[in-house]
Amino acid sequence: MDFAFFLIQLLNGLQYGLLLFLVASGLTLVFGIMGIINLAHGSFYMVGAYLAWSLSSMTGSLTVAILLAIPLTVILGMGLERLLFRHLYQRDHLYQVLLTYGLILVFEELRSLIWGDDVHGVAVPALLNASIPLTENLSYPVYRLAISGVCLLLAAGLYFLIQKTRLGMMIRAGASNRDMVQSLGIDIKLIYTLVFALGIALAAFAGMINAPLSSVFPNMGGQVLIICFVVVVIGGIGSVKGAMAASLIIGLAETFGQVLVPEVAGMIVYVLMAIVLVWRPEGLFGRS
Amino acid sequence: MKDSRLTQYLPYLVVGLLALFPLVESTFYMQLLTKVLILAIFAMSLDLLVGYTGLVSFGHAAYFGLAGYALALMAPKYETVSLWWSLPASIGVCALFALITGTLVLRTRGIYFIMVTLAFAQMLFFIFHDTKLGGGSDGIYIYAKPLMKLGEIEVANLEKLEHFYWLVLILTGATYLLLHRILGSTFGRALLGIKVNEHRMRALGFPVFKYQLASFTLSGALAGLAGYMAAVQYGFVNPEILSWHQSGAVLMMVILGGMGTLYGSVIGAFAFVLLQEVLSNQAWFGIAAKHWQLAMGIFIMLVALYMPQGLAGLAQKFRRKPAEEAADE
Repeated sequence: MDFAFFLIQLLNGLQYGLLLFLVASGLTLVFGIMGIINLAHGSFYMVGAYLAWSLSSMTGSLTVAILLAIPLTVILGMGLERLLFRHLYQRDHLYQVLLTYGLILVFEELRSLIWGDDVHGVAVPALLNASIPLTENLSYPVYRLAISGVCLLLAAGLYFLIQKTRLGMMIRAGASNRDMVQSLGIDIKLIYTLVFALGIALAAFAGMINAPLSSVFPNMGGQVLIICFVVVVIGGIGSVKGAMAASLIIGLAETFGQVLVPEVAGMIVYVLMAIVLVWRPEGLFGRS
Repeated sequence: MKDSRLTQYLPYLVVGLLALFPLVESTFYMQLLTKVLILAIFAMSLDLLVGYTGLVSFGHAAYFGLAGYALALMAPKYETVSLWWSLPASIGVCALFALITGTLVLRTRGIYFIMVTLAFAQMLFFIFHDTKLGGGSDGIYIYAKPLMKLGEIEVANLEKLEHFYWLVLILTGATYLLLHRILGSTFGRALLGIKVNEHRMRALGFPVFKYQLASFTLSGALAGLAGYMAAVQYGFVNPEILSWHQSGAVLMMVILGGMGTLYGSVIGAFAFVLLQEVLSNQAWFGIAAKHWQLAMGIFIMLVALYMPQGLAGLAQKFRRKPAEEAADE
C-alpha cells in the first residue's frame, strides 16, 4: 500500500465515520436525555435520502433540495414527538422497541407507496463535482471532502450548543433531573420536542448529503441503524464525545477492513463491540 | 373460583382438538397451523427471557436461524440425515452460541442490552449473508426431511404433512410443560425475583448472573428447536430467517399474547399469523394487500400504546368481577 492509496482510504474512513456521527449523535442524545430507544432512527436517514432525491430531481439542484428538506424533517420530528414518542418516556423500553419497530414498517411501506421500490442515483452538485489529483492515476473527489467538512462543522456546532449555550445547559439538566428542571420553570416538554427534532434532522441530513455517494434504495436505514447502535454502545450512551470517538473508530476500522481483510470485514465492528463490552461495558465515554 | 376446572382442562382440550386437525384434510391450513405451532415454541422461548427474566432481547432470531443453518450445513446434500442426532446437535450449537453471547450481553442492561442483542444477531446475519459459508444471500436448500427411525422401524415419516404436524404439536406441548415446570421451580421463582429486583436478589445471595445466563442459554436452545423445525418445514434456509424483522415479529407475538404467561405466547403466535394472513389476503384487500405491512405496523404501534398486557391481559380484565376492580381502587 503506497502513501496516496493509504491517504485515500484514511480520508474515506474519516468521511464515513463523520457521517455515522451525524446519525449516531442524534440517537445517543435521544437515549441519553429522554431515555428512549428509537429503532426508527434509521428510517429518518432513509427519509432524508429520498427527500434529497425527489426534491433534487424536481428542482434540479441538490443544494436547494437539502434546504427545502431540512425544515420538512424538523416538522416531521416535532410532529412524531408530540404524537407518539411523548407517550413513551415513562414506559418500559420493551414498548419503545415495539412501537418504533412498528414505525419502521410504516415508514418502509409509505416509502414504497410514495417513492416506489427502485434504486435511484443522485447527482453531485456541479460546484463540488471535481477531484483533486494525488498521483498520476489516483485522485480524491471534492464532494467527499466537502461532506467531511460539513460534518465537522455540525459536530462543532453541536458541541457548542450543548456545552456553551443556555439551551444546552437546560438540555443537560433535563437529562439528569426532569422534575427539578420543570419545577424551576423551564418548559421541559418543549426541550424534549426540540432535542428529538434535532436528532431526527441530523439523521435525515446525513441521508441527504450521502445520497450522491450511497444512492437511494429501500431498507437503506436498517444498515445504518445497526452500525449506529454499535457506535453508541462503544461510545457510551448519552455521550456525544463518545459517539464521535466511536464513529471515527468504526469508520476507519470498516474502511481499512474492507481493503485489507475483505473476507471478514463485516465482522470487525462487532468484534470491536465485543471487546469493548468485555473491557468497559459502559462504553468508552459512558458513566458506569 | 367456578371456572378453575374449565381452565384446568382447557389446555388438554385444545391440544386434543389440534391433534385431530389433520382430519380436516386441508394441506394449506395444516401447513399454516404447523407454522403457527413452530412460532409458538419460538415465542415461548422469548417469553422466558422477556416475561420471566426481565431481559428484552431484540436479537432472538439469531438462535432461530442458527439452528436452521446448523441443520442445513450438517445434512449431506441429497441424502437424508437422522433427526436423532441432527436435532440435538442443532440445539446444542444454539445453546453454545447463546452461552457465549450471553456472557457478553449480560454485562449490559436496559437499552444497552436491546442494542447489543440486536447487534450480535446482525453479526450472524452478515456472516451468512456475506460469506460463502451458508450459500450467501440465496441460502441453502434442505432437499430431504430428517429421518425418524428406531432400528428398522420408521417412527414417523416427516415427508408426510400430518406426521410432521403431530411431531411439532408434541414438541410445542413438551416445550410448554418443560417451561411451566422450570418456572414453577425454585429456579423459576428466582428468575422472577431477578426480574422485579435484581439488587435485592443479589443481596439475598442468589447468583444472579448465573441464573440469567442459564435462562438465556435455555431460551436460545428452545429458539433453536423452533428454528430447526422451521427449516425442516420450509426445506431451505436463507439469511432472512435471522433478520431483525424476525426478531421484531417474535417480540410482537410475545407482547400481543401477553408476556409472562407462556400460554399467551401461543395465543400471540396464532393471532399474529392470523392477522398476517388476513391483511395480506388479496381477495379481501386487493391492491392494499401488497402493502399489508403498513396496517401491521400501525397495529403493532397501537398494541404498544394501548394493550401493554396483550390478549391475556385483556381476558383477565374481562374475567375479573367489577367488585374486584372496585376493591383495587
